[in-house]
Amino acid sequence: MSEQPESKSTAEKPNVALENERTAHAEIPKTRAQMASENAKTAKKLVFVVIGMLGFSFALVPLYDVFCDLTGINGKPSNEAAVYESVVIDESRTIKVEFITRTHSGMAWEFSAQTAEIRLHPGEMGEVEFYVRNPTEHDIIAQAIPSISPGIAALYVNKTECFCFKHQPLKAGEEAIMPMKFYVDPQLPKEFTFFTLQYTLYDISATVQPAVVVAMDNS
Amino acid sequence: MSTETLNDAHDSPDGHDAHHEHHIPKGILRWLFTTNHKDIGTLYLWFAFIMFLIGGAMAMVIRAELFQPGLQIVDPHFFNQMTTVHGLIMVFGAVMPAFTGLANWMIPMMIGAPDMALPRMNNWSFYILPFAFIILLSSLFMDGGGPAFGWTFYAPLSTQYSGDSTALFVFSVHIMGISSIMGAINVVVTILNMRAPGMTYMKMPLFVWTWLITAFLLIAVMPVLAGAVTMVLTDKFFGTSFFDAAGGGDPVMFQHIFWFFGHPEVYIMILPAFGIISAIVPTFSRKRLFGYASMVYATASIALLSFIVWAHHMFTTGMPVAAEMFFMFATMLISVPTGVKVFNWVATMWRGSLTFEVPMMFAIAFIVLFTIGGLSGLMLAIIPADFQYHDTYFVVAHFHYVLVTGALFSIMAAVYYWLPKWTGKMFDITLAKWHFWCSLISVNVLFFPMHFVGLAGMPRRIPDYALQFADFNKWISIGGFAFGLSQLIFLALIIKACRKIGEPVSDQVWEGAEGLEWEIPSPAPYHTFSTPPLIK
Amino acid sequence: MNRIFTLLIGVMLTFSNSAIATTAAERSNVNMRPGASDISLEVYELHMLMLWICVVIGVLVFGVMFYSMVMHRKSTGAKAANFHENVKVEVLWTVIPFIILIAMAWPAATTLIAMEDTSEAEVTILVTGSQWKWHYKYQNNPEVEFFSLLATQREQISNKFTKGDNYLLEVDRPLVIPTGKKVRFLITSDDVIHSWWVPDFAIKKDANPGFINEAWTNVNEPGIYRGQCAELCGKDHGFMPIVVIAKGPAEYSAWVQEQESAARRANEEEQRLLAMNMSMEELMTQGKKVYDTACVACHQANGGGLPPMFPALKGSKIAIEKQNIPVHIDNIINGKNNMPAFGKQLSMSEIAAVVTYERNAWGNNTGDMVQAKDVNFVINGK
Repeated sequence: MSEQPESKSTAEKPNVALENERTAHAEIPKTRAQMASENAKTAKKLVFVVIGMLGFSFALVPLYDVFCDLTGINGKPSNEAAVYESVVIDESRTIKVEFITRTHSGMAWEFSAQTAEIRLHPGEMGEVEFYVRNPTEHDIIAQAIPSISPGIAALYVNKTECFCFKHQPLKAGEEAIMPMKFYVDPQLPKEFTFFTLQYTLYDISATVQPAVVVAMDNS
Repeated sequence: MSTETLNDAHDSPDGHDAHHEHHIPKGILRWLFTTNHKDIGTLYLWFAFIMFLIGGAMAMVIRAELFQPGLQIVDPHFFNQMTTVHGLIMVFGAVMPAFTGLANWMIPMMIGAPDMALPRMNNWSFYILPFAFIILLSSLFMDGGGPAFGWTFYAPLSTQYSGDSTALFVFSVHIMGISSIMGAINVVVTILNMRAPGMTYMKMPLFVWTWLITAFLLIAVMPVLAGAVTMVLTDKFFGTSFFDAAGGGDPVMFQHIFWFFGHPEVYIMILPAFGIISAIVPTFSRKRLFGYASMVYATASIALLSFIVWAHHMFTTGMPVAAEMFFMFATMLISVPTGVKVFNWVATMWRGSLTFEVPMMFAIAFIVLFTIGGLSGLMLAIIPADFQYHDTYFVVAHFHYVLVTGALFSIMAAVYYWLPKWTGKMFDITLAKWHFWCSLISVNVLFFPMHFVGLAGMPRRIPDYALQFADFNKWISIGGFAFGLSQLIFLALIIKACRKIGEPVSDQVWEGAEGLEWEIPSPAPYHTFSTPPLIK
Repeated sequence: MNRIFTLLIGVMLTFSNSAIATTAAERSNVNMRPGASDISLEVYELHMLMLWICVVIGVLVFGVMFYSMVMHRKSTGAKAANFHENVKVEVLWTVIPFIILIAMAWPAATTLIAMEDTSEAEVTILVTGSQWKWHYKYQNNPEVEFFSLLATQREQISNKFTKGDNYLLEVDRPLVIPTGKKVRFLITSDDVIHSWWVPDFAIKKDANPGFINEAWTNVNEPGIYRGQCAELCGKDHGFMPIVVIAKGPAEYSAWVQEQESAARRANEEEQRLLAMNMSMEELMTQGKKVYDTACVACHQANGGGLPPMFPALKGSKIAIEKQNIPVHIDNIINGKNNMPAFGKQLSMSEIAAVVTYERNAWGNNTGDMVQAKDVNFVINGK
């Protein structure tokens, strides 16, 4: 150790492997060219690590979704339709589900839940409807984003049918009823007796694929 | 262990090895095209100092506005730009380049290498840095102002609700990142390949060790930062929705990605400081560093743990209890290796033969004040209490204790420690002592009361505050101005040192100093260890 | 313990004048507050415990170091010892901190679990943050919902008037909750991330756009509790306070009923205004009032704005060209670019008044008059 004066260097036991390496260094001093190519090699390896980490930073996006699906970290229920079959209904308890509807800033639609809350057994199929109206003079495409609190409950909500799975277009002045079918997984931990499901409607007309607009015009 | 040069690189009085003598261009060209690690180290250090003064000037604006309740000097939008750019400049422009400058100067000299492994890249990695900051600073003069979303640039404030200058911000962060990555690659290659014969890993000075680990952290996380800013850029300008709920994204994901970079970044700014203190304390205790091996392992475990604690910055975002618990325990765990370091330093001083030269004064101030910052960090890990501390001045106090009296004080200690070696002359000790005492007192007047206003409920990043915070804020501002002015003493001292005014020093400079860098002449010749020394 | 702490700080405070002692007496300005609920008290005690553990650790470590600095000086003839490692000691000071950590983590975990109570609440309130105000909606009484804005006068902020006791911590319509009942807050945002923080409840939860978070409290004592937005949310982040009034259950019920009937009356009033025209003078007076609360922060009192983030209204095409009246109204209702939507915050007559005001103030003398029914046409298409 460089901090230690010579007089005190009694305790240091040299590492054998490293000591051999040292001897090798001492015996065959490397030329500058050898050194440079060795450095370039090491640097190249490190550049690969950098590229790998850059890739990893983008891989974090799908990884985050996986992570959320495992832990319920952001309270977002699955965006894919579940299949309702051979689900055991747990009649020993009832879960209360509350619905909140919101329109994001700048979204002009009226949006409300026909049922503010329902009570059902875990495993039992529930169906609720939502009312929307486009009061404006232009056609608008909406996207509903669900969010559940407490977030953990999101892991146990299985939707077989939901208007949030796809874009919802409404022509100027139109109104509609949008259905949602779901069941609560009987695995839901006992301490959860209720949860809140919120839908926020966004106006995505500006960003949506032109195909949807065409489909809307044809309808 | 002592060293003995195989070939007498420093026997000739001007220190030049006859075989490798190059013509050193004079004037600006020397600095522009230099590939010499000492020149580049000097450039980095000057750049960091200039950035420190600019970032400090912004802090003065912030403190002037907060001197009294009410809006007096700047409007809230400009205030937000000041806090944002102050943070960015101090992190990426002052602390990190200063450490890179010290690495450039000292690592080759400490491991007996003639230069950094990749000298030309070294030149590049420095020279792109000024452009990054010119871009960042010029964005302040754009229509709509510069970035105003905090240095953490949380989406969607930085995406849907920011000005056009965000593009410049992203571009400049990219350049800073590339510069840091190149610097880090250089450090790693140098340490792995260029050590003198006999300089085994476990004989390396701790400054080399901590920088090696820091460089690996940089290589691992700077690309993640690059990814995060790129996503902000595409979300803002190219219609992606990584962080926009409307398009299926999640704004909280931004924070996860950012802090996955951000937490290791915190250790990037403190690990080299640990190396510096581990060099200074033994010198002025005239005693070998206590627990060298445990210092190395502690540094490595801090670095590893830093990858699994990122979410402790996000306890209020709403996470399941299990996840919160995990991040709380992991965070608390970091205090074990950090504690080991502090205990080791104290044990090194214990029954030493202590003297208190200026570098030692800064090192002791570091140990005390950094520990205060570490202890408030431990408090911040306690989630229920963190709900109260989070995003208040308590946090501001915490990270300024760690970064100003931690990282910055260690940089100042390092400069005072090695400056005589660089210039061959002792710096002006009277000025240095003035600088130390003024800084020490003012920095505590500046940051200590922040704990109180934070606990009493003052949120951070606000340009105006309720009346019960008025008294302390006045003191904080006075401390801030005093600390800012104290740094002008440092500037005067450095200018004096650069003009080589002062008593000549011996090769060893400090009585208890040990290590390769103290065996070469003072001032350190332009080329050192052109032939490697033999380390027994 | 708290007394010692306060005493220590008192030394520091004696050096500073205490012109604001009146309110500072109730609001500690050196330490966390025990707060108004069992949980906030528990958090406070946890905080004090951690603080004292840290103080003790600090005193011990620094004590050893300062002892060494005094006793082991070279100038007093100290000779350096030769030890540089000691496995026993090193293991000891790795293990002891570990045990201290477990001792710290245990109460922290207990409190955290208590905070995450998932039982049902008697009152549920939807809290929505937006730039730069809060909106409260009572889920059990859907008719009761309102925005809560900073009530401190602009002149106080710009130092023209003397600052009041509750400077920056006062709102036009505080949130009202009952004492002795579990109140659940569902927290979300309309634009950027905000954070709803009431120190006395030990609640700080981020409001994330598109997602809901929740927090709860059970307040013991009636009182007025003040807090602030804690997450940087843009220009006026420092100007969106939170005020919560806790009332006894009976008073609370009375308040809710009053709010419900007030909401009904406002609705009727709105319908009445739809059928009639207001005079220019009435529109301008009300318009200025609305402008000064809702618009002035960005577009400024002189209509000059802070371009380009916040454009000028004075001389703007939208505010002076006649064919742009519907666009003008629409921008206020639904927002545009950085501008938030005000459709939920302002009534139709208020929007009509402020549009009229903006089209006739600061030399925009268009003479245009906009009535509530014009606004209704833009909102409902009829």
